[in-house]
Amino acid sequence: MAALEILTIPDERLKQESLAVERFDDELRSFIADLEETRQHGPAAVGIAAPQVGRFQRIVIVDVSNTRKPVPNHGYMVLVNPEITHWDGYEIGREGCLSVPDYTGNVIRATHIRLKAQNPDGETLEYEMEGFEARAVQHEIDHLDGMLFIDRVVSRRTDLFQRKVYQKGKGKKGKSN
Amino acid sequence: MTNWNMLTLVGEDRPGIVAGVTDALYRRQWNLGEASMIRLGGNFTIMMMVSGDGDLYAELKQVAVDMKLRIHVDPIVGMLHQHVAPNIQVRVAGADRAGIVAQVTGALAEAGFNILELESDVAGLRDKPVYIMNIQGYSEAPVESLRDAVAPLVAQGMDVDVSPIETMVG
Ligand SMILES: [Zn+2]
Repeated sequence: MAALEILTIPDERLKQESLAVERFDDELRSFIADLEETRQHGPAAVGIAAPQVGRFQRIVIVDVSNTRKPVPNHGYMVLVNPEITHWDGYEIGREGCLSVPDYTGNVIRATHIRLKAQNPDGETLEYEMEGFEARAVQHEIDHLDGMLFIDRVVSRRTDLFQRKVYQKGKGKKGKSN
Repeated sequence: MTNWNMLTLVGEDRPGIVAGVTDALYRRQWNLGEASMIRLGGNFTIMMMVSGDGDLYAELKQVAVDMKLRIHVDPIVGMLHQHVAPNIQVRVAGADRAGIVAQVTGALAEAGFNILELESDVAGLRDKPVYIMNIQGYSEAPVESLRDAVAPLVAQGMDVDVSPIETMVG
């Protein structure tokens, strides 16, 4: 096992779309172990996505079981080929990213999501989650679509009621921040 | 080390102020750092870190005249990458009256809360104004002790909500 190097902005590869995982083998599981080690290695991150270490496959890890104030959670989750099937509600929350050093900003995310994914052995998983954990999963899945939270940052003055919820792949190309 | 100036510009709001000012800075090879630009009461206000060589005031004089902006330059000791992420948010709403900001921020300061950012606005109807304030800050003291600090104001009928900000890093 080894901690991997994290891509940081303005690395163009962070805008690349990741491909579905098709082979659930030992190589995949060994990569996932390295990805988790990388997550734990850096500043307190509750999630990480494979493209952040330059592997453009649809794999994310989320674990929000260690926050200062406990939040509803499913513990350590490896989500392969994750797909949000339902989202509901929205709120503003503050986010940072291992790939965006020295910056945090406010982002609107769905408060409740339902999710389908596979585990590292290829078995189907289904989750229903809320709040901070749902936020983390949406942030990580964005990475798989080549999106960063800085593509979604809003001002605190933003009127929530005039905004749409989580929009997939919105404004991905040609953004100048 | 970079020498930074804090450039302040204020004037009646009109289209093109930001473009005009930043273009003038760019043409004279000034670098921009962190900035806050916002419309307040029909005025447009800019506070911006600017670094470079030359007489900033003199070089911006023309655009300031053209855009009817008042201009102020302070050399500052400062640098980039000094961010502190807020861990506490305070939302305040109450009938507009003298002293709201002083009372809330005074109670918070005494409890050890450091303000990183404060936005306030007057909402409601003209004859029934409501003062709304959103503060982000950092505190080593727990949320509960900040809530205790503002409890007397809540007892007076002011809405003061103190909540933690958990930044999601992933
Ligand atoms: Zn991220």
